[in-house]
Amino acid sequence: MRWIINRREVERDVDVRTSLLDFLREHLHLFGAKKGCNQGACGACTVLVDGERINSCLALAVQYQGREVTTIEGLGAPGALHPLQQTFIEHDGFQCGYCTPGQICSAVGMAAELRKGVPSYVTADLEAETIALSHDELRERMSGNLCRCGAYNGIVDAIHETFGDLAAPVPKREAA
Amino acid sequence: MNPFQYERASDVSAALTARARAGAQYLGGGTNLIDLMRETIEHPDVLVDVTGLSRDIEETQAGGLKIGAGVKNTAVAADRRVRECFPLLAQAILAGASAQIRNMATVGGNLMQRTRCLYFYDDAARCNKRAPGEGCDARDGFNRNHAVLGASESCVATHPSDMCVALAALDAVVTVRGRNGSRDIPLIAFHRLPGDTPQIDTVLEPGELIIAVTLPPNGIAARSSYRKVRDRASYAFALVSVAAGLQMEGGMIKDVRIALGGVAHKPWRAERAEAALRGRPATEAAFRQAAEAELASAQPLRDNAFKIELATRVIADTLGKLTKAQGAAQ
Repeated sequence: MRWIINRREVERDVDVRTSLLDFLREHLHLFGAKKGCNQGACGACTVLVDGERINSCLALAVQYQGREVTTIEGLGAPGALHPLQQTFIEHDGFQCGYCTPGQICSAVGMAAELRKGVPSYVTADLEAETIALSHDELRERMSGNLCRCGAYNGIVDAIHETFGDLAAPVPKREAA
Repeated sequence: MNPFQYERASDVSAALTARARAGAQYLGGGTNLIDLMRETIEHPDVLVDVTGLSRDIEETQAGGLKIGAGVKNTAVAADRRVRECFPLLAQAILAGASAQIRNMATVGGNLMQRTRCLYFYDDAARCNKRAPGEGCDARDGFNRNHAVLGASESCVATHPSDMCVALAALDAVVTVRGRNGSRDIPLIAFHRLPGDTPQIDTVLEPGELIIAVTLPPNGIAARSSYRKVRDRASYAFALVSVAAGLQMEGGMIKDVRIALGGVAHKPWRAERAEAALRGRPATEAAFRQAAEAELASAQPLRDNAFKIELATRVIADTLGKLTKAQGAAQ
């Protein structure tokens, strides 16, 4: 079985019951993604697959063979932080830090969705050409990530500073 | 989690063959099934991964849309044709789950997801859906989230989907394929009421695979909306939800569709309310009366009587707002 994890090819044989989260943590010792609830409710296990955010706890590793998985370890490193990691520090976007890798991966995935023009539940005009990252849009789009410390104000500020200028054009309708 | 074999189906016919083996089940995004397997409520011997199949959204000759069962929920909600022609469906999908889960979950899997009744998940409780004939601890338990319409002595669970409520209002048709060929099932006939066999959620025959969901062109789609009432602003299942669409002619209701979520074992098409409104003036009183007619057969449990008045008000208010909607096509 083969995956691309943080731009590196990985080959392993794993029990098909292994979740993507357990595979990352227990087999590859990438401990950034966290097992909070293990049932898709908290978002602490969020990683990016081909640039899209998913809950790695609800995924079997075998389902994602051949795909590109990016964890927090693949976004930034000590001395070379991702811009969002830096703004999390500047805005106190965490207290205990347990939810932070999931929050950051999720926000990076959210920015990509916004760039593609994916609407949200609070997008008033579904036909709008652009969707700006308003306060309400940000909170709705990040609702899959819980922070039990309640560092939400810092999290929102950090994401706004990094991605706040996003107002992406919506893709044109494809021909039939 | 019990051991199982994992296979990825290369095409529909390979999927049907693989699924014919004892203990086999189809796997979509897995956002519900993996959780149920971890809780040992589901214990397939073989998982047939069908996420590589039926991944397109196509325009039909009739002027509707055919959405492949393998299309991710996010991709449906983001599709320009869905957003322009069936905004109700995009709204309902975006009202459900979280962005992460919508990126994983497929259309077919959304149809097949099981109830989130806590007694169904709790193997220390009795549940006729999980263990037929055992009894139901929800009926006399904490049942604030449970059904008020169409429930039975054996089961008071609700269907959790938002997407399916919109599909019910839009007269969607589910195309399934089995080893004996294909058939089309109206969405409102796809899920079952519990009766004495609540362990059976849908009318699918064993081994049948969902191929696509087709939305016919619909006169109510231009003036429609999805309204969801829940305990928090985002990422929670519905207490009550309403998918509604109106077609107006002057001040009269030419046509109307109303479907309810959070109140029954299946997406609940409010046919009584629709019948009470067709051809009538669009007034607040008429909306309220139609909603009351729909909920007249509701049977509350200990904790969920509030849903009857809540559903009545949300139906009436949603229809009222639709009559005032600016820019909606007539």
